[in-house]
Amino acid sequence: MKRRDFLIRSALLGCSAAASPFMTPVALASAPWDARLVVIILRGAMDGLDMVRPYGDPDYSALRGGLTGGGVGEADLNGFYALHPSMEPLRPLWQQGSLGFAHAVSTPYRDQRSHFDGQDLLEAGTVGLDQGRSRDGWLNRLLQCVPGVSGETSFALGRDRMLLMRGDAPVSTWAPESDLNLSPQARLLLEMVSHDDPLFSGAVTDAIHIAESLGLIDVPETALDAQDMVSQRMKDNRKDAANGHMLLADFAAARLKEEARIAAFSLNGWDTHKGQKNAINRAGAQLAEVIGGLHDNLGPEIWGKTVVLAMTEFGRTARINGSAGTDHGTGSAMVMAGGALRGGQVWSDWPGLAEADLYAKRDLMPTRDVRAHAAWTLRSLFGIDQSVLETKVFPGLDMGGDPRLVL
Amino acid sequence: MAFDPVLAEIRFGTGLSAQRSLPNGSEDLLRRLSGPDTAAQTYPIPSLFGEGGVEVRLYNELLRARNKARGTKDEEAARKELVAQRRKMKKTEMRNARNILLRGIMSEDGFRERLVWFWSDHFTIGPRNQQLRANLASYAEDAIRPNVAGRFADLLWAAEIHPIMQVYLDQQRNFGPNSVAAQKSKKQLGLNENLAREMLELHTLGVGGGYSQADVTGLAGLLTGLQIEKFTQTVFKARTAEPGPFMILGQYWGGETKTREADLRAFIEALAVNPVTLRHLARKLAVYFVADMPDEGLVEHMASALIGSNGDLMAGYRAMIEHPAAWDPAPSNVKPPLDFVVSACRALDVHPAMIERMKDGNVQSKFLVPMSLMGQSWMNPGGPDGLPEADDRWVSPQGLAERIQWSMTAPQALLTRLPDPRDFVVTALADRAPETVKFAAKAAETEWEGVGLILSSPAFQRR
Repeated sequence: MKRRDFLIRSALLGCSAAASPFMTPVALASAPWDARLVVIILRGAMDGLDMVRPYGDPDYSALRGGLTGGGVGEADLNGFYALHPSMEPLRPLWQQGSLGFAHAVSTPYRDQRSHFDGQDLLEAGTVGLDQGRSRDGWLNRLLQCVPGVSGETSFALGRDRMLLMRGDAPVSTWAPESDLNLSPQARLLLEMVSHDDPLFSGAVTDAIHIAESLGLIDVPETALDAQDMVSQRMKDNRKDAANGHMLLADFAAARLKEEARIAAFSLNGWDTHKGQKNAINRAGAQLAEVIGGLHDNLGPEIWGKTVVLAMTEFGRTARINGSAGTDHGTGSAMVMAGGALRGGQVWSDWPGLAEADLYAKRDLMPTRDVRAHAAWTLRSLFGIDQSVLETKVFPGLDMGGDPRLVL
Repeated sequence: MAFDPVLAEIRFGTGLSAQRSLPNGSEDLLRRLSGPDTAAQTYPIPSLFGEGGVEVRLYNELLRARNKARGTKDEEAARKELVAQRRKMKKTEMRNARNILLRGIMSEDGFRERLVWFWSDHFTIGPRNQQLRANLASYAEDAIRPNVAGRFADLLWAAEIHPIMQVYLDQQRNFGPNSVAAQKSKKQLGLNENLAREMLELHTLGVGGGYSQADVTGLAGLLTGLQIEKFTQTVFKARTAEPGPFMILGQYWGGETKTREADLRAFIEALAVNPVTLRHLARKLAVYFVADMPDEGLVEHMASALIGSNGDLMAGYRAMIEHPAAWDPAPSNVKPPLDFVVSACRALDVHPAMIERMKDGNVQSKFLVPMSLMGQSWMNPGGPDGLPEADDRWVSPQGLAERIQWSMTAPQALLTRLPDPRDFVVTALADRAPETVKFAAKAAETEWEGVGLILSSPAFQRR
């Protein structure tokens, strides 16, 4: 089978997963709430000043003209900000009010500008790294505070390490590279050898059901066939990242239409030190496709209960560097989507881009903690207590005023 | 329940192999461990204090040169040099990965490999910067491996002061607020408690080990002065040290900054023989080697041996393998992904040249990527608490699907000829093969499915 056929088939089956009897175990009734949340970690430090361009700022074109080539206003959002061209396919969502942005936001991380530390802090949701390295992430701590959570409630997708979801609350994982190629006979024998071991027999049953519902079970004729399928898939995922990210989105949507309420995964490729124009086009297009894919696959009813938060570890320098890129900075933007979002707006206390307004004279000054936006989303979407959010989920966070992100 | 050579190789070693001799008793098992480290000699991994460090320092210099050249005409040349060095280091990283696998696969002393894996995870490290990333394997080579059969105090000291641990737990950001360096600096320099906290909570006393936040802060103070240079050397710099003394665990430690290294060493010696520490270690070893919920008598026996010997690790291991509860024949712990793939290669009798000559991309796609899909990212544990111990954390639908997929496909890629499943079930499980697995080996439609089913079975996945 060719890769393309596989993708089409898996996409179709992915959508019809709702109808599969395998995919609706009893856990459905125990979902703690009805709303859906997708958190996307944009790894590599997304340039907020490029994705959501403050072209109305008098200093913007002097700083960024080299990347935008002028004429930014054509992609106008609200008279001040403009959309990066790679996100243009999402304009209908903006018009419907299910796309929005928070600008000049960041975690409390300052000055060191290391991806490792920045991502750790973003996913841990804590104030700093000096009180001990984090063992769990804020999404997992949220789950720890809610009764009725099962392994089916939340999915961490993809191969990236997701500290965001790590912790004591049960979370399922799945990666698009995973598949299960078993002949009917091998499947029966596998069930037989696992039968007396409850842990294994339960996981075998679940694995087969998940793989089946995603159209991942192929019946190879020979061992070489099976191996070819695996290595082909690996290769495709590596080379053609264009497929990998859509498999994540498709899988997330399929699960969210069932008993899952939270899905998280990462999109990489935002570290645009060099030739930013092309690099960020690629990353931005992937993000737009993922959001579009979630919208299409979830369908109007579930999309209407969904919020997507796409956040990054820090921003990039306000100025362009010598290699037509930007270096690690501080403030950035958060991309939000979903039918439950009060979208069509950019939430920001805009700091300005004059040299005196920049952080350390080089970066966009953060004017709000990105965790506050995430916390208010959890508050409105899931009804989590503010005190729980400020002490358990994001310890030490002052949520400040309600930005009213959610409808 | 007493010593059983087959169970010894499965539970305390890296798995059965048709080629390598089984330990014939507890004494033989321990003798192999105290003998020469043949696996490390055959499959070397560079030290950070040697070859590995040279690479790291060169990379760091090239990185600086590139940053300095930004926006000038030299930038492109500087960037190319940096990229070339990064490629070279990627090769080192993959060679190290191969050698770690090969040690486990070829060893006649599997208990040593398992101990290295256990202690490397107990003293977890992970990537924190590009400079050290390719050479993370040097850490276990320098600090863990030479000390697994000695005194815990030496292991503890070597692990804590290794530059890779220092960077991982932010010791380079730990400054005495009243140190000379802090007073002269424009930046606000102060304590960073990461290393101190993990040392008490994870490495020694354990959660609930009776220490307080004040003890953590005290130890962070005692640790000031310890700094790394060029990512490859740990040094004492009195000018970054906070003047003492510090009250830690009910006693004052450290005074003047100039004797700080000796004072810290004295504290670590005391912490290493603290009965609370040794009890914590006894339980953790029993959980790792024997069962998620180990027999209390076994834990107590090991704890007394460790306490009675002031932390002689061999005494602890001896206590473990002489205790009957360690030999309960029922399949127990699920093998973590590395242990699984290594034991599979042993059973399959994969030729070492197959792995030695394997292209880097194939090491990734045949081993490291599948292992990460099984839940163990190579050299990147996810947090300072290391890999999960509970069986159900490994046997998730995703993790198990990947184990099955790997079992069905990898053997064909690693061998020129697959074994007959009816023979392979004996090589892989000997007298521990359940009837159902023997039946599956016979009933499978093809050889590769037969082999795959044996490797996927709980009988092989557990130890």
